[in-house]
Amino acid sequence: MIVAVTVGSATGLHAREAARVAAVAASCPTPVWVRRDGGAPVPADSVLSLLTLAAPQGTELLLESASSSSLELVAQAIGAS
Amino acid sequence: MTALLLRGLGASPGSATGPAYRLADPPRLPAPRPVTDPDAEVDRAFAAIEAVSREIGARADAADDPTTSEILRVQAALAADRTLRDGIAMAVRAGHEAPHAVAAVLGEHRSALLAAGGLLAARAVDLDDLRDRVVAGCLGLPMPSLPHPGRPFVLVAVDLAPADAALLDPAQVLAVLTSAGSYVSHTAILARARGVPTVVACAGALDITDGTTVTVDGTTGRVTVGVGGPVTMVDGATGQVTATPGRAVAQVDDQSRTLPSDVRGVTRDGHPVPLLANIGSAAELAGVSVEGVGLFRTEMLFQHHLDAPGVAEQEAAYAAVFEAMAGRPVVVRTLDAGSDKPLPFLSDDREPNPALGIRGLRVARRRDDILRTQLTAIASAARKSSARVAVMAPMVTTVGEAAQFAALCRDAGLPKVGAMVEVPAAAVRAREFLQAVDFLSVGTNDLSQYTFAADRRSGELADLLDPWQPALLSLVALCAAAGQVMGRPVGVCGEAAADPDFAVVLAGLGVTSLSMAPASIPAVGAALAAHTLDECRAAAQGALAAGDPAAARAAARRR
Repeated sequence: MIVAVTVGSATGLHAREAARVAAVAASCPTPVWVRRDGGAPVPADSVLSLLTLAAPQGTELLLESASSSSLELVAQAIGAS
Repeated sequence: MTALLLRGLGASPGSATGPAYRLADPPRLPAPRPVTDPDAEVDRAFAAIEAVSREIGARADAADDPTTSEILRVQAALAADRTLRDGIAMAVRAGHEAPHAVAAVLGEHRSALLAAGGLLAARAVDLDDLRDRVVAGCLGLPMPSLPHPGRPFVLVAVDLAPADAALLDPAQVLAVLTSAGSYVSHTAILARARGVPTVVACAGALDITDGTTVTVDGTTGRVTVGVGGPVTMVDGATGQVTATPGRAVAQVDDQSRTLPSDVRGVTRDGHPVPLLANIGSAAELAGVSVEGVGLFRTEMLFQHHLDAPGVAEQEAAYAAVFEAMAGRPVVVRTLDAGSDKPLPFLSDDREPNPALGIRGLRVARRRDDILRTQLTAIASAARKSSARVAVMAPMVTTVGEAAQFAALCRDAGLPKVGAMVEVPAAAVRAREFLQAVDFLSVGTNDLSQYTFAADRRSGELADLLDPWQPALLSLVALCAAAGQVMGRPVGVCGEAAADPDFAVVLAGLGVTSLSMAPASIPAVGAALAAHTLDECRAAAQGALAAGDPAAARAAARRR
């Protein structure tokens, strides 16, 4: 399953936000992958990987997971402002 | 045992003697060897990572304030990151030893962050710190930190990052001695704020062996290394006790470290020139009696934040200062970020020349919400206090910018508004500026940097940054004269105001208040009290007429 989500935080997917999203992803039973359109997917539970996506507010990211509930949780975390 | 005399630039007055300890260098990677047991090597790396993550996590738990703890938590999360582990395990299995694998993998992520620019590039430093810690763990070396010799000491370093300098504990660090830096580097400014005697740009500082007793005289720039006859002679002036061989003692010149009692700036003939304090937080006002605050730097409040702090947090910090200064003037400078003081939530891209880029008030071109929030918090704290609160903006370049800033402040309920004069463009239009704002405050450090096109951190160009440079004096004179014509205050809040001779010249030029580190106030007060206003004017005329800094200094002293 793939869903698109827009980064909500004013500072983008920056340190604190990335740490928050990674913590949510780590609590999900099924792995979630994140990528920019056309970019390589990275694991959503890695702060370091989320940081290197370099995603400011408004960036559209694609999430992929085998579980729709995990997808929903991570999408919410990324979309929250 | 003979003493060796070194010379540097005195950057923070006072003298102190104690054992020298060098800021540790980051651990060095040993020459690589082939990996014979990859599993053991992976274990070594993971054990080091875990230890670092645990240690940082524990420090996060122990941190008093939420922002420090939050920063440390993110750092701990980075250390515990699973991609980091996976990458390191892969690098080890590709034949790299644990410390080399750690350095290589973190190095890759670091390059990725740097390539992403601004916001993320600021995180590269965090990865460097992580690398140094994990590499040290792999090698069984102690974690990098300020020295903790268990007794007060003299800190020796190449230079200190503002963050290091901000953490200095004056009870432990008797003096600072650096091989690089200049009078206006952050090491010097923060050391002056804390009353820690400091000598910068001292060649030979790094050759001092740990534990050697040194005397650092931050007034003259003289550094005596080792004990022996000459030490007693040097120390004679300040009445210090010299170390006895085998047991180095820490003695501080009490006069230089005692905070000022109530000192009012007034010339011998009764002309008032208020002496105000430069501070970064309410903590610097503890035990200090001053006429007011001439420069309240608000960067520290923003420094350890991943996002700009909210109204409530800012208001509390402003209220603490206003409370300490009840009934007295406090000039709050709005956030001066950018250039050498980058903040993660502000820098969106890399600037080829940050000192000439988006800094100070210019940040509001992109993020006026930060300025508005700050003004709201200041106004709210000011309403609940009897302190006479004024605000001023850093790096104002045109009259239009000054007028725009003034309008924002007045809308926020802050009627008294000023502009800092840090660029020549503002100084030459001082009169017009004073039609838009109520007062000016000359920041001599940046005004020097921008007038002489000399980086304020450059030790090599320190002569150009000398505040006695005639061109700088001329610009200050322009501002002061504009103030007199317009009947509005023009103060000086640069570090130059802390030089007693220079303060006399400033008063003579017509500067209406001087703001400096609290520890410098007594000496400046004494100098003003020794001169009449006419004598100050004569000193100013002499300095203005001189051809170079040395002649200007000499001319001022003849009065």
